[in-house]
Amino acid sequence: MSAGTDKGRDMLWQRFTVAIPYIWLLIFFLAPFAIILKISTADPIIAQPPFTPTFDDGGALLATADNYKFLLTDKLYIITYLKSVSMAATATILCLLLGFPMAYGIARAGSAARSILLLLVILPFWISFLLRVYAWMGLLNNHGVINNFLMWLGIIDAPLQLIYTDFAIYIGLVYSYLPFMILPLYAILERMDLDLVDAALDLGARPSQAFWDVTWPLARPGVIAGCLLVFIPAMGEYVIPYLLGGPEALMIGRVLFDEFFVNRDWPLASSVAIVLLMMLVVPIVFLQRSQAKDAGGAA
Amino acid sequence: MNRKTSRFVLSVLAFGYAFLYIPLASVIVYSFNDSRLATVWGGFSTRWYGELLRNEQVLDAAFLSLRIAVTTATFATIFGTMAGMALSRFGGFRGRTLFAGMIISPLVMPEVITGLSLLLLFISLQQLIGWPAHRGFTTITIAHTTFAMAYVTVIIQSRLSGMDQSLEEAAMDLGGRPLRVVFDITLPLIAPAMVAGWLLAFTLSLDDLVIATFVSGPGGSTLPMLIFSKVKLGVTPDINALATLIILFVSISVIVAWYAMRRMQRQTEKNMQTAAK
Amino acid sequence: MTGNTNKNTGSHPFIELKDLSKHFGDFVAVDTVNLQIGRGELFSILGASGCGKTTLLRMMAGFETPTSGRIFIDGVDVTDQAPYQRPVNMMFQSYAIFPHMTVEKNVAYGLEKDRVSKGEIKTRVSEILELVQLTRFSKRKPNQLSGGERQRVALARALVKRPKVLLLDEPLAALDKKLREHTQFELMNIQDELGITFVVVTHDQEEAMILSSRIAVMEKGRFEQVGTPKEVYEYPDNRFVADFIGTINMFEGTVETAGDGSISVASDEAGAPLTGLTDRIMENGVKVCIAVRPEKIFISQHEPENQEDTCLPGVVEDLGYFGNLSLYRIRLDSGKIVQVSAQNRRRSAERFLEWDDRVFISWPPRSAIVLTE
Repeated sequence: MSAGTDKGRDMLWQRFTVAIPYIWLLIFFLAPFAIILKISTADPIIAQPPFTPTFDDGGALLATADNYKFLLTDKLYIITYLKSVSMAATATILCLLLGFPMAYGIARAGSAARSILLLLVILPFWISFLLRVYAWMGLLNNHGVINNFLMWLGIIDAPLQLIYTDFAIYIGLVYSYLPFMILPLYAILERMDLDLVDAALDLGARPSQAFWDVTWPLARPGVIAGCLLVFIPAMGEYVIPYLLGGPEALMIGRVLFDEFFVNRDWPLASSVAIVLLMMLVVPIVFLQRSQAKDAGGAA
Repeated sequence: MNRKTSRFVLSVLAFGYAFLYIPLASVIVYSFNDSRLATVWGGFSTRWYGELLRNEQVLDAAFLSLRIAVTTATFATIFGTMAGMALSRFGGFRGRTLFAGMIISPLVMPEVITGLSLLLLFISLQQLIGWPAHRGFTTITIAHTTFAMAYVTVIIQSRLSGMDQSLEEAAMDLGGRPLRVVFDITLPLIAPAMVAGWLLAFTLSLDDLVIATFVSGPGGSTLPMLIFSKVKLGVTPDINALATLIILFVSISVIVAWYAMRRMQRQTEKNMQTAAK
Repeated sequence: MTGNTNKNTGSHPFIELKDLSKHFGDFVAVDTVNLQIGRGELFSILGASGCGKTTLLRMMAGFETPTSGRIFIDGVDVTDQAPYQRPVNMMFQSYAIFPHMTVEKNVAYGLEKDRVSKGEIKTRVSEILELVQLTRFSKRKPNQLSGGERQRVALARALVKRPKVLLLDEPLAALDKKLREHTQFELMNIQDELGITFVVVTHDQEEAMILSSRIAVMEKGRFEQVGTPKEVYEYPDNRFVADFIGTINMFEGTVETAGDGSISVASDEAGAPLTGLTDRIMENGVKVCIAVRPEKIFISQHEPENQEDTCLPGVVEDLGYFGNLSLYRIRLDSGKIVQVSAQNRRRSAERFLEWDDRVFISWPPRSAIVLTE
């Protein structure tokens, strides 16, 4: 066997290794977006499938921007998009407020405790997402654990309306996405040289000043990654607003779902998805940048 | 050396962990509630566990979910490992940027979009080539593999980038051809990451509701889909029992896996250190 | 270098540690240490890793609270003061330069925290950058600097606040050998110029010897000896210090005759009686150790004539030629190996010693150190 064929076989094998996942993703990840884009320019009809073709039999273009025009002029949709952004953003900030001190505490714990505390953060993440949201239904119910407990204490006489409110949605979002905030923050805080904080104290900074001058700016990449990892999925959330939110809880994921399954308006559902994607492109690209930079810095 | 952790941080930690675990604890407690009214305590009972195990609908859905999860995890690990190696060991190749982008994107794509887009793909394919004729096991598995492999890729990639490439170079220097080196050196070294990836893909698949709801057809109900249809109507005691079983099963598996991986990691580190000496 | 010869002669010590202890659970890191350091001293704490020297330094800086004991600086009890209240600054082993700030910002940080006026910050920062020769790097970020430049940033940042005491944790450990030698002298010049009291923690005895006015040798949380470099090298108090600093040959034995400031020691290891000078009154039969530095030993192929010197026969077991000097390992008849170093003064006029040559090693009584502990 000559060295040339050896080399050829290795090259072939490398190509094969790239090609299999590449082709898979082209078919099952990229192509679907082309299809969504195509259907979002169709009109809904009562047929199978329930939308008009992109070209008529003569090859003339039938695509329309009507769905997008509708989305951008319809008050209900605009409000829903804005409400989704504001709810996702609020949930993100709440996650940060709770997650940062937690990540900080874990990173500063002794190495044995640290490993267990970290496990306890990750553990709920492995337990069914749906069941975790469901657990809150039992707590927040009018006759649920929290109301029963408060009434037993005598703080309230009648049950508080906790479930089916925005409050419940925030609880659900923070609960479900908290680990996504804690993990990147932990990763960066754990790596941080503690001498830097000591140095700031040594140079005359009070502990709070040392935090804002040193810890916070150095943790910023983790803050950004954590916030995006919470914000992006929270924007498209369907299950939480459905189970914990009231009927008027309009989040875009739920509207998309209903538009597709209840109203069977596929083109509109597709354009809802495309607009949502457009709104998320900026944060997604931002996230990829920050992670690529992180990987580059580590190498 | 440990620095004093402030009282504020300690109280937030305590609050955070209570926040994470009280809901789970309450589900477990109420699963032993005799009352049909899930929120009123009616004495201790295990009757809901019995009813759960006699409910064929639940068992069928659980079996389907497990089959999908095992298949998904296996394919996702194979593809994810290939992709991870391609991205961290092959240097630049044509279309690398697109490839890296496609790998990362499913991680952050809202599920409703992934689900909708794949459903529309399957419908279009069916019209064009007649496949897939039914939506169910196959379509859900494909959908799950697509987003789970992204997670596996990230795990493999981070493991490979943290790993000293000199080991592989040494093997090649000693006359190993690249393909042999992969099987003799690289794969054994990333095996823990592959196991972690498999478990993660398995869990993600088992956990998914939204994507499965989109790409499944009539009759193909996974366990989350079944739970969701029941939960929509409110808190029910048999779901409490099911949730308890899942929580216990997952907790035990995760703790065992964590413990095993920690030991393995320590062993590897020790070996590496010994080798480095 | 006058700063180097300053001794603690003032009436009140500038830094005083009184019965200072630090326990971490069951582990005693620092064990009832007492120490007085004079103003303007360059004081080194020398010890192996884990001896408690860094903990001691961190207590002086205020990062660790002592389990018991007090710390006084310039007559003020600072034991309960937070790090940011103490008139002390520290240069960290890792340098701990803020990576997100420019050199200038790093140096100005401490002054900003003290609410020094903007104009004064500017002058003081540029002055100190001038002193450490970093003026042209002032706008750079730390990751654009070399190791030596970072070290100087850390030094400037700590000095710009004009602390009463500067604590330096392994200041030169991260530098390569050449740079280290150069920086040593730079550090001494700066200390001399500013007159600030320096306390250096180091594991490198050479560094401690060159830099310091005085050295404390630390082991297991305690000071084994405190003295000038010369004292700890030439007159070690005990076996640990003798062995820790430099190389030394030790012969165990018992006192045979004593008197007149001189003792004769019977040692099986040496195979002949050893003579040592000591002020202490020794009784016959006491176990002692006679220690001799390799460079204090003469080596010759002929038996020396001076009867007062201790003279032992042996065989060259091993030798190493280092250009300016040669190192020999001599096996005595008892089997004991003795290390000898000799300057190569002559150019092969005399025949060089070779392996297995029969030789005599000798030293005058005043070169022998008598150790009892």
